[in-house]
Amino acid sequence: MTTVFGVPLPAILGQLMLGLVNGSFYALLSLGLAVIFGLLGIVNFAHGAFYMLGAFAAYIGLQTFGVNYWFALLLAPLLVALLGVVIERLFLRHLYRLDPLYGLLLTFGIALIAEGIMRDQFGASGKSYPVPELLRGVFNLGFMVLPIYRAWVVVASVTVCGVTWFLIERTRLGATLRAATENAQLVQAFGINVPLIVMGTYGAGVALAALAGVLAAPVVQVSPSMGTSLVIVVFAVVVIGGMGSIIGAIVSGLTLGVIEGFTKVIYPEASNIVVFVIMAVVLIWRPAGLFGRE
Amino acid sequence: MRVRVVVYGLLGIAALAAPILVYPVFMAQLLCFAMFACAFNLLLGYTKMLSFGHAAYFGSSAYITGWLVSVHGWGTLAGILAGVAAAMLLGIVIGAIAVRRQGIYFAMITLALAQLVFFICLQADFTGGENGLQGIPRGSIAGIIPLDRDATMYYFVLAIFVAIYLLVRRIVRSPFGHVLEAIRENEPRAISLGYKVDRYKLVAFVLSASIAGLAGSLKALTLSFATLSDVSQGTSGEVILMTLLGGSGTFPGPVVGAGIVLTLQQYLSERVGAWVSVIIGAIFVVCVMVFRRGIVGEIQRRFAGRPPG
Repeated sequence: MTTVFGVPLPAILGQLMLGLVNGSFYALLSLGLAVIFGLLGIVNFAHGAFYMLGAFAAYIGLQTFGVNYWFALLLAPLLVALLGVVIERLFLRHLYRLDPLYGLLLTFGIALIAEGIMRDQFGASGKSYPVPELLRGVFNLGFMVLPIYRAWVVVASVTVCGVTWFLIERTRLGATLRAATENAQLVQAFGINVPLIVMGTYGAGVALAALAGVLAAPVVQVSPSMGTSLVIVVFAVVVIGGMGSIIGAIVSGLTLGVIEGFTKVIYPEASNIVVFVIMAVVLIWRPAGLFGRE
Repeated sequence: MRVRVVVYGLLGIAALAAPILVYPVFMAQLLCFAMFACAFNLLLGYTKMLSFGHAAYFGSSAYITGWLVSVHGWGTLAGILAGVAAAMLLGIVIGAIAVRRQGIYFAMITLALAQLVFFICLQADFTGGENGLQGIPRGSIAGIIPLDRDATMYYFVLAIFVAIYLLVRRIVRSPFGHVLEAIRENEPRAISLGYKVDRYKLVAFVLSASIAGLAGSLKALTLSFATLSDVSQGTSGEVILMTLLGGSGTFPGPVVGAGIVLTLQQYLSERVGAWVSVIIGAIFVVCVMVFRRGIVGEIQRRFAGRPPG
């Protein structure tokens, strides 16, 4: 059998695939963060909590109401986005004129509340969510076996990321959005309802996080703390990519996932710190991030 | 001025008499967190640098002190000094990377690097992994005064706390502190006036990290243990809340905040379980939405009729 670094090739490819799956979640989450930061100027600490709520919405949907995976994929992001919109209207809207640090602190508080409520309701232990029937089984590629669900996660995430990029960079709606980012007052003067756009953008960013949560539900344990440490990794990803860069968020998300997977093969002890180490190196070398501008 | 003398006098008497009325270990722990919050306030309140990873210095110093004292039989004072030195070193490394960016980025970078420290503590051998370090002996002050009695330990922590409190005041009111405040108010202007802003910020960061480390060491000795929760994101969040709730940019604010948050936690954790984090989160939301000056800040504004700081 072919080995690399004394590890059989299929095992390496398996880890890389897992890394790509994680990278897909990083990409979806950092994309949402970048979109929200671009327009609202707020770093959404609650992003991990919304990811967790998305996964729980799917879990509760299945357990209590018998809602299957495919509907959950649509419904959970909508529901969580609705919650996000309410939070934007009630709280975040009053903070736009203040130092952006307050937005970070507020969303941190919201994340604590969400996590606490879920822990009280469902306990701290992880719940498992079954892989949907259609996506069970594996592809045998000859050199490795590829679980269908993992392939699906990567394809679905990359597609969603691509569509989001297209919407923002290539459509009229996206142009309005980018204009509002540059100069909200002027856009408002043209008769465009900027507060509505801001609300919608926050909702969309939150929906992306929830979607990642639903996609993740069958491959990770659904638990109240599943988003807590993830959001910190995603912050690091965003710092590496350069905050506010859509492409930067997607590319660095996927790449870092793969690098993490690769680290798991050659030096497992470092796998959960490699992203942070890369962040430190990037900051020393290019403080604005790989895709960012000063 | 006379009011102030009376207030400080009463506080002094209360602090000295506290072990009679309240469990001294709790009081000592409270002072450790108050010291931690004062260190944090030096950054947030006077330089507007939101470090989201201050537990890294608090916790790693707790580990180093605990490890040297319990495994290697170091003396208490030497153990504390080594812990502070470790926190200082960590502060230099992380600070040098983090001060390259401002505001929100600074917060995210300190958070991420603190998570790095957390994972290292999780995997390193000397920290005892998930179990942490248990049964750290308190030892004695230079072999003369044993610290086994809780009340003695409390007075030891109290003395250090008072010294640090005065030191922080001295730093803020020094020419150095005024430069920090200038950076807080208008960083580009401070740069254009010729101040090497990054260097000032780094010094403030390292000072804050060192004091946070001192607080962590004393906490490890007071409670006789150091665990992963000392380096965790939760602890970083708590110290932010203490400072914010008490009033960032005021001297007594962090102390008041630490008192309230710790008392609340002690009281609630037995009664409401997972709701503690809901309540802490709700206090965060209330502080940010309607109470941005914090308790002491509001009092100063209403009664003294002058802006906080």
